[in-house]
Amino acid sequence: MHETDMTKALILTVRDWWESQPERPTIAKVHLTVGQFTCVEPASLQFAFEVQTRNTFLDGATLAIQETPLVAFCHSCQQEYRPEMGIQYACPACRSPMEDIRSGRELKIDRIECKT
Amino acid sequence: MHQTFDAALEINLLHANQEGADHNRAHFDEWGITCLNVMSSPGAGKTALLECTLAALSPELKIAVIEGDMTTELDADRLRQYHVPVIAINTGRSCHLDSKMVAGGIHRFSHDYHPSEFDLVLVENVGNLVCPAEFEVGEHAKVALLSVTEGEDKPLKYPFMFQEADCLLITKMDLAPHLDVDVNQIVANVRQMNSRVTIIFVSAKTGEGLDAWFDWIRSTVIAQTEVQKQRISAIV
Repeated sequence: MHETDMTKALILTVRDWWESQPERPTIAKVHLTVGQFTCVEPASLQFAFEVQTRNTFLDGATLAIQETPLVAFCHSCQQEYRPEMGIQYACPACRSPMEDIRSGRELKIDRIECKT
Repeated sequence: MHQTFDAALEINLLHANQEGADHNRAHFDEWGITCLNVMSSPGAGKTALLECTLAALSPELKIAVIEGDMTTELDADRLRQYHVPVIAINTGRSCHLDSKMVAGGIHRFSHDYHPSEFDLVLVENVGNLVCPAEFEVGEHAKVALLSVTEGEDKPLKYPFMFQEADCLLITKMDLAPHLDVDVNQIVANVRQMNSRVTIIFVSAKTGEGLDAWFDWIRSTVIAQTEVQKQRISAIV
């Protein structure tokens, strides 16, 4: 359900861009970055995208999802670490709470591949 | 000959929702209203907590509730007994409120009432530990509830909600003695990802901890009103 709404948001954003283009190019591929520390499951997003783009301007376009890992920075230790999702978020060395997330929160449309 | 080219967008997927949330917040600021987004899993006790809150605070604060529910008005009806405006939003198949739905609620509210007379809007989100955390609705602060019956591991399994919360209420404390639950472990698990959250232990049944929760609301409203006043005087 969640991914259905995410996909709707994605399609609306891409449509805004597409309608602003004088040539209205054919969109071949949409590239996304999805962080590991978000509520989005890439497989569900792929499925929702396939279903929701049928018979639209995005019909036939594919979705490429680049996943980014959860990386946090510990200010006490002055170094990055990889929290273990579902198990441990605090710094493994000094147990400081996870404060500064450097990667993993991305939900971004990076670029669009087009054909004219 | 076909040509291919790339267009860089670099736009957040939730861009439209975020813009809507900022718009809602601007309305609240203009009216001098503090908005709290209340979130938890289904059955953690959001409605019971709001019932206690309305009973205790509605004499001193002018409160309205925006009530998100997938299909029914059962929760909204419970809260209407406290004689405050309750705007019910049925989210249908959607498992969270988004900024557009809340904008619809705000529109109805501002049509039927004088919003600038209000101090506080409590948004009761759809019961769900996952999605509501990603969709801001225009709140000034996020309140999360976790009941002792849900177990210590939930903050680790559903970190998004707990990482973003400004206030965490550990609810149903009256049941804690009857359960194999380590309340300190819940706190430790939350602290792993959120060192600044205010944690309050409450029971809507016995009243334990509710005064601390009411004080948190009072101080949040006072602080927010101060920020809003300063912003207005900066503009003038």
